[in-house]
Amino acid sequence: MDWTIILDNIGIYFEGLKTTLMLVSSSLLLGMLIAIPLAVLRTSRNVVIQAPIRAYVYFFRGTPLLVQMFIIYYGFGQFDAIKASFVWPFFKEAWFCALFAFTLNTGAYTTEILRGAVEATPHGEVEAAKAAGMSRLLMLRRIVLPSAFRRALPQYSNEIIFMLHGSSLASVITIVDITGAARIINSRFYSPYEAFLTAAVFYMSLTFITVFLLKRLEGRWFAHLRPQVSSDAT
Amino acid sequence: MMFDLHGYGPSILEGTLLTIEVSLASLAISMALGIMGALAKLSPSKPLQLTAQTYTTIIRGIPDLVLMLLVFFGGQVFINQMGPLMGYEDYIDINPFMAGVSTIGFIFGAYMTETFRGAILAVPKGQIEAAYAYGMSRRQTFLRILLPQMIRHAIPGFGNNWLVLVKTTALVSIIGLDDMVRKAALAAGATRKPFTFYIVVAINYLIITSISVTALKWLEDRYSAGVVKA
Repeated sequence: MDWTIILDNIGIYFEGLKTTLMLVSSSLLLGMLIAIPLAVLRTSRNVVIQAPIRAYVYFFRGTPLLVQMFIIYYGFGQFDAIKASFVWPFFKEAWFCALFAFTLNTGAYTTEILRGAVEATPHGEVEAAKAAGMSRLLMLRRIVLPSAFRRALPQYSNEIIFMLHGSSLASVITIVDITGAARIINSRFYSPYEAFLTAAVFYMSLTFITVFLLKRLEGRWFAHLRPQVSSDAT
Repeated sequence: MMFDLHGYGPSILEGTLLTIEVSLASLAISMALGIMGALAKLSPSKPLQLTAQTYTTIIRGIPDLVLMLLVFFGGQVFINQMGPLMGYEDYIDINPFMAGVSTIGFIFGAYMTETFRGAILAVPKGQIEAAYAYGMSRRQTFLRILLPQMIRHAIPGFGNNWLVLVKTTALVSIIGLDDMVRKAALAAGATRKPFTFYIVVAINYLIITSISVTALKWLEDRYSAGVVKA
């Protein structure tokens, strides 16, 4: 094995790291923006509201991210109506398609996670909020969502890691993220071990840093649930 | 049929069958690794525990695609370096089916390890002790006491792993295996109808998933016979 190849080209990996971080953080953020209203609406008893959200979540959770990305990147070009419209300059760009696919994908998973958390709101809290005369929106903002976020955090942490790993698929549609960098090095020097092991180290470091930060956040958000140390023990 | 497949229907169907084959073969490997991993994690031996722990930690840190490319391209180089040493001079191509199935099996073996570990822990310890007290061997205890009862606890996690595994098989199309995603890509290239073919593939995944969910529900009910529900 010849690790000087990697040292000489480490710049490509750091460029890729930037792309990966940009893609993952933007899609997580946008996905969350989609998921919050959808999760709340999904708890509605009205079928007309519920059914489309269900269909969206079912489709994006039931099919591979790779296929979703292909439908958007290759598939949309099949329609002249899309090609003629103002959105085409975006959809012919690989990075936009990847971002679009990742956003819709994580949006669907996050909707489902948040829905579970919203539905698990203790009944008494909702009753108390109503009794205090809060409007529906105020109740959502002050009572339901804050505690739902807390309950959703452990599962959402998994989703973040899943998205980080899923973002490696962007390399399939020509984007140079960390995996893309590894593929370039591999094809240029025919050195698969060095190329992909380096990518693996990058991803592993990212994963462990993320897990560490999320654990700390969990510690903060769940601080009130920690067993109390009795004062006479000291 | 609501989609005009321009005669590529049978080809997509072939790909679908390959997708199912890859899924089942990977599942078999992952279950074997999962059982070994779970037993290793719960064994009193420190080296075994450490090995299993390292295995699951590494897998959780690396994307599936990177591992698959590493096995596919790396395996290629490895075999061709080892070939001459073994007195074999021809260039050897690595079989993408083997590369795909072993990588996916290896990845999901780690997830199965966690599922099975939880399921084993859910079997009351007293029953294991009772089995030993009756003079059953370790093997007998595993087959007669542990296995039949852990299955019930393992099914929900196992089901989730399976559903994720099926979707992960889409990655084998990247290393040139003719699964349904690649068949769709070939058909899309020839007919210039990529949307149609990828949607058909997406629907196929939804069908496989829906059938799996139904089957898993049935299995869960069967193995929960006699369990009082709250």
